[in-house]
Amino acid sequence: MKRIEAVNDFVIKFANVNGSGSASANELFAKSFLRMGIPVSPRNIFPSNIQGLPTWYEVRVTEAGWLGRRGGVDLMVAMNPQTWDQDVREIDPGGYLFYDDTKPLPKSKFRDDIHVVGMPLTEITNATFTDSRERQLFKNIVYIGALAALLDIEPGVIAELIGEQYKGKEKLLKPNLNAFQMGYHYAEEKLKDTVGLKAKRAYGVGDQIFIDGNSAAGLGMVYGGATVCAWYPITPSSSLAEAFQRYCARLRVDKDSGRNRHAIVQAEDELASIGIVVGAGWNGARAFTATSGPGISLMTEFIGLAYFAEIPVTIVDVQRGGPSTGMPTRTQQSDILACAYASHGDTKHVLLFPEDPYECFEHAAAALDLADRLQTPVFVMTDLDIGMNQRLTKPFTWDDARRYDRGKVMTAEQLEAGKEFGRYLDVDGDGIPYRTYPGTHPTKGSFFTRGTTRDRYARYSEEGSVYVDNVQRLLHKFETAKALVPQPVLHECGKKTRFGAIYYGSTSPAMAEAIKALEAAGIALDTLRLRAFPFSEAVTDFIAEHDQVFVVEQNRDAQLRTMLLSELNADPAKLMPVLHFDGTPITARFIAAEISERVQILNVSPIKKGKAA
Amino acid sequence: MTYITKPRLHHPTLKQNALGFTRRDYEGKVSTLCAGCGHDSISAALIQAFWELDIEPHRVAKLSGIGCSSKTPDYFLGTSHGFNTVHGRMPSVLTGANLANGDLIYIGVSGDGDSASIGLGQFAHVMRRGVNMAYILENNGVYGLTKGQFSATADLGSRSKRGVENTDSAVDTVGLALLMGASYVARGFSGDKEQLVPILKAAIAHPGAAFVDVISPCVAFNNHTGSTKSYDYVREHNEAVSRLDFWPSRESITVSYEAGGVIEVPQHDGSVLKLRKLDGSYDPTDRVEAINATTRAAAKGEVLTGLLYVDPSAEDLHAHLSTVETPFNRLGEKELCPGSAMLHKINASLR
Repeated sequence: MKRIEAVNDFVIKFANVNGSGSASANELFAKSFLRMGIPVSPRNIFPSNIQGLPTWYEVRVTEAGWLGRRGGVDLMVAMNPQTWDQDVREIDPGGYLFYDDTKPLPKSKFRDDIHVVGMPLTEITNATFTDSRERQLFKNIVYIGALAALLDIEPGVIAELIGEQYKGKEKLLKPNLNAFQMGYHYAEEKLKDTVGLKAKRAYGVGDQIFIDGNSAAGLGMVYGGATVCAWYPITPSSSLAEAFQRYCARLRVDKDSGRNRHAIVQAEDELASIGIVVGAGWNGARAFTATSGPGISLMTEFIGLAYFAEIPVTIVDVQRGGPSTGMPTRTQQSDILACAYASHGDTKHVLLFPEDPYECFEHAAAALDLADRLQTPVFVMTDLDIGMNQRLTKPFTWDDARRYDRGKVMTAEQLEAGKEFGRYLDVDGDGIPYRTYPGTHPTKGSFFTRGTTRDRYARYSEEGSVYVDNVQRLLHKFETAKALVPQPVLHECGKKTRFGAIYYGSTSPAMAEAIKALEAAGIALDTLRLRAFPFSEAVTDFIAEHDQVFVVEQNRDAQLRTMLLSELNADPAKLMPVLHFDGTPITARFIAAEISERVQILNVSPIKKGKAA
Repeated sequence: MTYITKPRLHHPTLKQNALGFTRRDYEGKVSTLCAGCGHDSISAALIQAFWELDIEPHRVAKLSGIGCSSKTPDYFLGTSHGFNTVHGRMPSVLTGANLANGDLIYIGVSGDGDSASIGLGQFAHVMRRGVNMAYILENNGVYGLTKGQFSATADLGSRSKRGVENTDSAVDTVGLALLMGASYVARGFSGDKEQLVPILKAAIAHPGAAFVDVISPCVAFNNHTGSTKSYDYVREHNEAVSRLDFWPSRESITVSYEAGGVIEVPQHDGSVLKLRKLDGSYDPTDRVEAINATTRAAAKGEVLTGLLYVDPSAEDLHAHLSTVETPFNRLGEKELCPGSAMLHKINASLR
């Protein structure tokens, strides 16, 4: 029988029961590779449930540093009887099944093209621990010990990680180390050489950090100067507001008074969250909310107000599977259209598309600047895949010389000096007017903010010409935004090619790997990674320079493609959608297969004109 | 329709307050509401209250929802910033504005449709949070801008102008504010300015969530026989629990009252509420009694007015969140950005 043999390049999947304490054990497992210098890319695949339903944790070990989901499983750690059949089916031929063989299973429960490694985990833990919860928790650590032995993970590395995790909690440290040793020694003695997948110390991690996108965005909001955060709990965005809270508690408390340089309100719903953010933005504080698709739906009326009344607002949308409640714990890029044109009437909003935790940090801080500069809502469009999974990413950087861009705010001094103030007056020709904070000057610079139409001096008016003047200026302002937002990233394959691909956000790591695979298959592809809407000239140029452009997205309706068609008046025949929307993160295998299939069809030489078929 | 400019010419003999401002300095644009609208009387009472309190108009931020009442912030304090937000959501916008700068005075103006129907949720939650504001509900029991539909505060059994009987129970906004934790709750009548001005002054000065329900008859759609929000009905059924006077500080109390029936409620900011009781047993610092009294009065078809409840030791949302004194909108990189050295440390902890 075939036996998959690999060093530092394989996928291990853990099938567990939600709430069984497997998450921290599995994370320990993933981190042990990082400490050996081997990049990993782990992903939680979890249900909308707290206890009892199946949950999976997939770890891709990849010395080459590919951080996308690969697809396929080389070793399944099957700890959930509920999903046994499905889990066994998923293993690649020649792969491995690791399971608890305390109770014998009939032969029909296995496959004959995979290698089965049994270990009496329940028996071992029951013999050592008496408490049922302890038996459950330590069983996880026992299997981590066994896997370490099977895969050649250095035991010292795991001991070090356990030591860090239980620093100052000696009571927990010892039994965890014992459980680990128990599993390790058992596998060393009884399961030697049963698995052909091996870890070997490498130097692929470098100075990268390991963090989830939600935490990164929360930290970015701290660095970017957000002081007000209003939110309503919703998967998969809740951990973003919680991360902001955690970082603020550490970094945003005035040392002398012990008081907070931040205010976080868990609001009664998303309508109130965005309302609070609008109020704070109107009054000159940097404010944001974090939500997901259903929250965006609820916020749209306020988003329209902020657009029309020109109030800085920052919204992080950690996208999940829609529509409606959809797939709350699965990933998609399906709120693009809903956010780009959120609210009734003619609206357009600035969107940023971070590709990883590093850019979640960067874009969070950038969004606060852009919202102030453009006096409009700015969306950071992340998703569950980036938001809730820890990812290896470049270390965060901050230039201490950087100043917050508070945009055009007229001061009491300027008003006193006689500078003309019209709240909606375009004095600089960029479509962006000046604003004043409430309370600025006793007699000058006050205005009435409203969602109804008004003239350049904020006076109520329903006259057609006044309305048109205002909304045309808003369009002009959106034009100004093109040069201010993060610009697209072009990657040229180095050869003349007819083919290009446009992608964005969490598709990045899978795309990077797909390009390599396509290149190996002789398909040359230039790519453009979009980082923002409105689209800059570079996007128009890229489409013009290629005969066929694949638009790779994680939604059913090719939402970004729709926007490229309508915003850039692109030729529909030129833009071919490549769509992945089953709720799992897109893979390199999927992209490469889709694109190569289409390229083959496109490359078939047409029958020459004028000749009979 | 655009706006109408109001002449700025002042009569030289107009009385000035301690800041040298006349009442005209507290006015806004010309009202576009119907002649005789109760809401205009409330705007006038607010002008009077701010003038008497010697508050610089630009230190006030006026926020409102949508509806006739919510238009009024344009008609008073013309040199203040105002924000006419979205229907039923003024409380959240006011909360955010207040968090950004706790130094200003926040007035929330709303109506019964805005607060008791579409915005009932935000109304309740802003009270729970103790946002420092004066929340004024201009209550007429009817939708004016859409021409006469019942609102959620219309009493059960009251009749619309077209003669239709209301079969839904009324939302008791005062009761709800009391239950939700408002620390100052009063009810006034737009037809009684003498009672209303001190109520508004004390609400403005109250350092927490102050709620004032003002019965404000709609002359166009709800001032007929069969309505319980008409001028006639309210005048006939108005039961005032007290006459209130507000003193910005203890030192400035110069008027002496007859002994008996007068109680002083010192607030922790130094201001004093002086109440001349009309109902001998009423204790406005007792929340449970306030809930009972308003419920009893409503059952009898009476409209209980005056200061109904005050918590003299009220705290606000800033205190709950322990925020710094400097308004957030004045904090810069120095105060907010932890810097690159800290980021290196954070990076190191993530390896």
